[in-house]
Amino acid sequence: MHISEGVLSPAVLGAGAALAALGVATGLKRLDYDRLMTVAILSSAFFVASLIHVPIGPASAHLVLNGLLGVMLGWAAVPAIFVALALQALLFQFGGLTVLGVNTFTMALPPVLCFYAFRPMLSGPSRLRGGAAFACGFLSVGASALLTAAALALSGEEFSAAARALLLAHVPVMFAEGVVTALVVSFIARVRPEMLAFTSTAHG
Amino acid sequence: MLDEPFSRGASRLHLADPRCKLVAALAFAVCAALLRSPGPAALALLTGAALCLWARLPLPRLLRRLAAVNVFVAFLWLFLPFSLPGAPLLRIGPFPGLPDWLAPNWLSLTATDAGVAQALLVTLKSNAIVLAFIALAGTSDITAVGHAVARLGLPDKLALLLLFTWRQLHVVAQEYHRLRTAAKVRGFTPGTDLHTYRTYANMAGMVLVRSFDRAERVGQAMRLRGFAGRFHMLAEPAGRPGDRLLAAVIILCAAALLAADILQPLAGLP
Repeated sequence: MHISEGVLSPAVLGAGAALAALGVATGLKRLDYDRLMTVAILSSAFFVASLIHVPIGPASAHLVLNGLLGVMLGWAAVPAIFVALALQALLFQFGGLTVLGVNTFTMALPPVLCFYAFRPMLSGPSRLRGGAAFACGFLSVGASALLTAAALALSGEEFSAAARALLLAHVPVMFAEGVVTALVVSFIARVRPEMLAFTSTAHG
Repeated sequence: MLDEPFSRGASRLHLADPRCKLVAALAFAVCAALLRSPGPAALALLTGAALCLWARLPLPRLLRRLAAVNVFVAFLWLFLPFSLPGAPLLRIGPFPGLPDWLAPNWLSLTATDAGVAQALLVTLKSNAIVLAFIALAGTSDITAVGHAVARLGLPDKLALLLLFTWRQLHVVAQEYHRLRTAAKVRGFTPGTDLHTYRTYANMAGMVLVRSFDRAERVGQAMRLRGFAGRFHMLAEPAGRPGDRLLAAVIILCAAALLAADILQPLAGLP
């Protein structure tokens, strides 16, 4: 979930902006002009995934797939997520200028960590792959929700109840996201296995 | 869904240089986000509304957009009024008639004036920033914003990424809509089961695979045409002479609101 404008405290906003700027700069430095188009298209696919609403019982949630993006792009996922969030802010006013840093950080840090944790398993044998892909989706969304809740809770004592509710609401989403990520990865592994090894070949 | 309803128009704000508007929007958003008292926050909301009025934005679209944005604010209204100590306004529970397991202690809630004031402040600030952002950034199309980002000194790779993503977004969205239509005419009805999840996963996977192929093709075509990391623009976007002044006035207004907010307790005003 995006935190909207005018909610968080200045300290949290400033820290989020600084950390996101650092991440975006790192991602851009590792990204050469040849791969720019690929990252842009995966970033727009990430944006479009957020338009897919998956039913969970009586409610529904949109796909996030940030774990998948992280595993495919590594550090380049940070600018990709930043750009997708900036476009969402420009098009739908979800999030906004001042919270762009916090939202980028909360959405992009877990995928980059997943990249280092699960990358070898994903291009490995298929037995490991399903579990690793599930963990990517499950943990990325979970950690993003945790960071978002932390940003809220750090902004003031009065937000802690809302933060806890936000975290609780994300538990079913984590399972849905994990299952869908595992299925997407198994689909890609069958249809276009070289896409999963994309980052490693690009870095040599 | 992916159109830009506010970017077309002939108002003074639509014609202004997107660089000036972006800087003004950022300054306004930062100042408004720092406000701590309801008076200046209400004035900020008025400023945002005035900017939207000046840009002559279509009111129904604007209201629909605001409603979508306020979903998160509404979520906070469920919790904030009950989360701060203060003079009680509304008490829910305790329920003496009911057994303890049905109505435990934490179910009895008290809404306080401080909690309601905090929720109100968040609502005012949030809507003020969104209105000003729509009036300033939304009145340029995204291509213009992308070029403005580069000319403001941000990394050109970031600006290119924004422009490419925006260009490809429509293509990828079309791809997804085509797959979804195909699934629908085959009688697919979503539910909470593995079949639904597998269908959506295959759709997302197919969108990714086709996007990836397209990226390779477009990248090759761009290299073939000698793309070396920058776009050559045929026409420099022309601003108006007063654009910098306009941005300066907006920034000064925002700074004045912030100053009023900081000085208010010192002057002993309510």
